[in-house]
Amino acid sequence: MELYRMTAEELSALLEKKELSAAELTKAQFERIHAVEPDVQSYITLTEEEALRRAAEIDRRRSEGEQLSKLAGIPIGIKDNLCTKGVRTTCASKMLGNFEPVYSATAVEKLEDAGLVMTGKLNMDEFAMGSSTENSAFQKTKNPRDLTRVPGGSSGGSAAAVAAGECTFALGSDTGGSIRQPAGFCGVVGFKPTYGTVSRYGLVAFASSLDQIGPLARSVKDAALLCDLITGRDPRDTTSVPGDGSNYYGSLNPEMKGKVLGLPKEFFGEGISDEVKSAVLAAAKVYEGLGATVKEVSVPLIDYSLPTYYILSSAEASSNLARYDGVKYGFRAAEFDGLVDMYNRTRSEGFGSEVKRRIMLGTYVLSSGYYDAYYKRAQKVQRLLRQSFDEVFAGCDALITPTSPTTAFKLGEKLSDSMQMYLTDICTVSINIAGLPAMSLPCGRDKEGLPIGLQLIGNRFCDQTIFDVGAAFEAEFGRLDVAL
Amino acid sequence: MNYIPTIGLEVHAELSTKTKIYCGCENKFGAEVNTKVCPVCSGMPGTLPVLNRKVVEYCCKMGLAIGARINQLSKQDRKNYYYPDLPKAYQISQFDIPLCEGGSVPILVNGEEKRIGVTRIHIEEDAGKLLHDDKFSGSLVDYNRCGVPLIEIVSEPDMHSSEEAKEYLEAIKRLLQYLDISDCRMQEGSIRCDVNVSLAPEGSDALGTRAEMKNVNSFSGAVRAIEYEIRRQTELLERGETVVQETRRWDDMAGQSFSMRSKEDAQDYRYFPEPDLAVIEVSDEEIARIRGALPELPHDRFMRYRALGELTDYECGMLVGNLAMAEFFDRCTALERVKPKAVCNWLLGDISRILNERGSELSDAALTPENLCAMIALIEKGTISNTAAKTVLEVIFDEDRAPEAVVEEKGLAQNNDEGAMRTLVCEILDANEKSVSDYKGGKTNALGFLVGQCMRASKGKGNPQIISKLLTEELSKR
Repeated sequence: MELYRMTAEELSALLEKKELSAAELTKAQFERIHAVEPDVQSYITLTEEEALRRAAEIDRRRSEGEQLSKLAGIPIGIKDNLCTKGVRTTCASKMLGNFEPVYSATAVEKLEDAGLVMTGKLNMDEFAMGSSTENSAFQKTKNPRDLTRVPGGSSGGSAAAVAAGECTFALGSDTGGSIRQPAGFCGVVGFKPTYGTVSRYGLVAFASSLDQIGPLARSVKDAALLCDLITGRDPRDTTSVPGDGSNYYGSLNPEMKGKVLGLPKEFFGEGISDEVKSAVLAAAKVYEGLGATVKEVSVPLIDYSLPTYYILSSAEASSNLARYDGVKYGFRAAEFDGLVDMYNRTRSEGFGSEVKRRIMLGTYVLSSGYYDAYYKRAQKVQRLLRQSFDEVFAGCDALITPTSPTTAFKLGEKLSDSMQMYLTDICTVSINIAGLPAMSLPCGRDKEGLPIGLQLIGNRFCDQTIFDVGAAFEAEFGRLDVAL
Repeated sequence: MNYIPTIGLEVHAELSTKTKIYCGCENKFGAEVNTKVCPVCSGMPGTLPVLNRKVVEYCCKMGLAIGARINQLSKQDRKNYYYPDLPKAYQISQFDIPLCEGGSVPILVNGEEKRIGVTRIHIEEDAGKLLHDDKFSGSLVDYNRCGVPLIEIVSEPDMHSSEEAKEYLEAIKRLLQYLDISDCRMQEGSIRCDVNVSLAPEGSDALGTRAEMKNVNSFSGAVRAIEYEIRRQTELLERGETVVQETRRWDDMAGQSFSMRSKEDAQDYRYFPEPDLAVIEVSDEEIARIRGALPELPHDRFMRYRALGELTDYECGMLVGNLAMAEFFDRCTALERVKPKAVCNWLLGDISRILNERGSELSDAALTPENLCAMIALIEKGTISNTAAKTVLEVIFDEDRAPEAVVEEKGLAQNNDEGAMRTLVCEILDANEKSVSDYKGGKTNALGFLVGQCMRASKGKGNPQIISKLLTEELSKR
C-alpha cells in the first residue's frame, strides 16, 4: 500500500521496526503533496526543506538507539492559526500575510518534542471564521471527494489534506464546528476535545471561550494518538484544566454493552437532509447491534444555540482581532493620513468581508445600551444550555447526531448568503457553547458518493467515552480510503 | 454666590511586584526601550495572560488597610480601545466586580480627623509609552511599561477643597509606602490620578455637573488642576452659563485643562468578561494572613505620636511621612533614655539637613538609635554643648562609634568646673571694663558678648549655662 494511504498507527509500526525511515516517509509524503496539491490546494505554506532535515534527525536518533515517541517521524500538517516559530502563520488573512511568530504554540511544541515532522501550514477560513474555507485570503481549497465542492471549514485545509493523503493527520481548531464539519465533509475523523483539556497558548484567538485545538485523522485511533500528545495542563494557559494529559489510545475500550446513547430529537428536525438523517439513524442501529441502548432524548434550547454562538463568538472576536491595527506586525496600509486613518485603512484593506462582518456584529452586541440585551442574555442561554446538557448526560453516555445538515456543498454555493452558511453549523455550535467533547466520523455516503458525518457528543471531560464509542463504530463501519 | 466644590479622585498606582501582572517580564522602570517585553505583554497573536498572584495580594493589602471589603470572587474584564501604546487594543481591568469595595482613608483637616470614603480598588495593567524622536517623523512606542501592575483607587466625592484632596493624596501615598506595595516615584509617573470636580451653590443638597480631568501626574499638579477647575466652573456659573459634563485633559505646563470629549461622545469601552482568565478567588485564610501581616498604618502612627504630648501636629506629620525616619524615631524612644522631643528635633533638624545635603536615605547611614540617644543624653547631662554635639553627629552619622569615645577623642567635653570657670570669668570681666559698665548701665545684651568672650577663652569647652550664671553673679558684685 502507498504510504500516503496508511494511518499513523501503521506507519509507526514500520518506523519502529526500521522497515521504513522517516526520510523515506517524508520524501514520499511530499511527492504525494506535489501530485495532488494543484487540485486540492490545502496548504498555504509548505515546509519541505525543514521537514526533510527533521526526518533525517529522527532517523539519526533512532539509529543511535534513542527511544523515540510512537509518532516520531510521522508527517503532520498544522492549521495556519497555530503559531509556528519562524514559519509564517497567516490565519489565511492578508492581515498576517507576512507574519512570522517569534514563538511556537504549546501544542506545536509538544509535537516537535515528540519528533513529528511538520509538512506545512494548512488553509482555513480567515481567522477561522467560516464553514467552507472559501474565506481564505489566499486560495480556495477543494474537497478531495469532489473537487467542485467545498471541504467545509474553517479547518478545511486540514480535513482536505488528511482526506487527500497530503499528511497523515493534522491539527485543526474548533470554535463552532471547525474541526468536525470539515471532517464530516471530507470523510475523515475530527475530534474537538473538552474545552480546557488542550492548551490554547499559541492558537491565534477567534473566540477565546469557545476555541479548542484538536486532531483530524484517517482513523479514530490516530485521532486518539494525536490527542494524547497535545492534552495536558499548560501553565501558560490558565483556562487549561489540571491534569498531566491523557491516554485515550492506550485506554480504548470499544465495548458497547451497557452504554446508553441518546438521539436528541432537536438534531433531526427541519433542515436536516433525509440522506443524512437516515445514515445517522442507521449508525444508531449499528450501536444497538453492538449491545448499546439507544433512546430518544431532548436538549431544549438548541434552537437558541446559533444566535447565542454568533453573539458570544463575535463579541470575543471583535476584541481579539482589535490588535491587528498596523502598529506592531502584519499588514499596514500603504497610504494614510494620521493615526485614525491608518487604523481605518489597515483594517479595511487587511480583513476580508466575513471577518469584518463579525467584528461589526461583535462590536454592536458589546456596545453600551445593547450589552444586556445581547451579550448578557447570550451568557444566560449558555448557562441554561449547559444545564440542559448536564441533565441529558445524567442518563446517557453519549449523544448521536449528524455533524452537518447536509453533505459538502458546491464551491460558491453559499458564499453570498451568510445565513445559509451559518446554518451549516447548526449541529455543532451548541457543543462549543457547552464546552463538550465531540467527534465527527464517516458513517455513510449520499447518493453522489459524498461522505456523511456522524457526530458523537460526550459530557465534559468524558473524552475517553467519545473515543471508545467512535472506535466501536469505526470497527464495524470501516474507514474511508484516501481520495484522489 | 458662594459655590462649594465637590472633588472625587481616581488614583492609579503602579505596584512594585518583581514581575509584570500577566507575564514573567521584569517590572522595572528605566530600562532600555523595549527590552522588558515578551510575546505576552507585546500582544503577539495567540498569547494568553497568566495572573501574577502577588498583584492580588498587594491590592488586598491596600483594601484591608483602609477597611475595604474583599470580594472573594472577583473577575477581570476587557476595556477595549485603540491606541498605539496598547498592543492588544484592550486593557485587562476589572469592571463590575472589583477586588475591593468600600473602606475609607483618614485625613486631618485643621487638626480634625475626616474620613474620605473609597468606592472601590481594582487591579489592571498599565499601557506602554509613546516616544517622540527628532530623527524620526512619526511616533515611537516603548512597551516596557505594558503589563506593569496597577491598582486604581476610586474615592467617593467626599473632598471639598484642594487642600483636602492634597491631604488625601498624601495619605494614599503614605499607605502605599507603609504597605511596601509601590515605589511611589512621583516624577516617574508611578502614581497618577484623574480628578473629578463639580460645584454647587452653598447650602444646596444637589451636586453640580462634574468635569473629569485626566493626565494629572503629580500631587501638586492635582492641586493646580482642582484650583483651575474650581475657577473655571465658578466663572462659568457666575456668567450664568452651565458646566458641561465632559472629560478634560490637564496640561500641567500650561496650567490649564482642555476639553477632550463631552458626555455625548464619551468613549464606549465595550467592557466584557476576560475569557482568557479564570475568576479570582481569595480565601478566608489568605485574607487573614494578609490582615495579620499589616504594619502599623500611618494614621495610627500619627495618633500615637500626637498622644506622646510633646510633638506638634507638624512634627508628627513630618515623622510619619518618612517611614524610615518614623521607624528610627520609634527605635530611639523605645530605648527610653532621652525625651522623644529631643530625638524628633535632631531627626527633623540636623539629620534631615545632612540627608538632604547628601541626597541620601537614613537607611544608608551608619547612625544607630543607640548612638543618637547616647549623644542626646550627653547634652542633657551637660557633658557636651549643642555645638559640640553637631560635631559628634557628623562622626556617628557615618561610623558606628560610641559618642562618648568621639567626645573623648576630639576633646569636646564641656568644662563644668565652677571654680576654674569663676577665675576665667573674673579675668574676662577685668579685661572688658567697657562691657561691664554697659551692662551696669542697662545694656543687658552686653552679657552675650561677655559669654562669647568666656567661651572663646575656654576654647569652646566652657559650659555656657555655668558661664552665664557665674557672669551674672560676678557682675552683681561689681
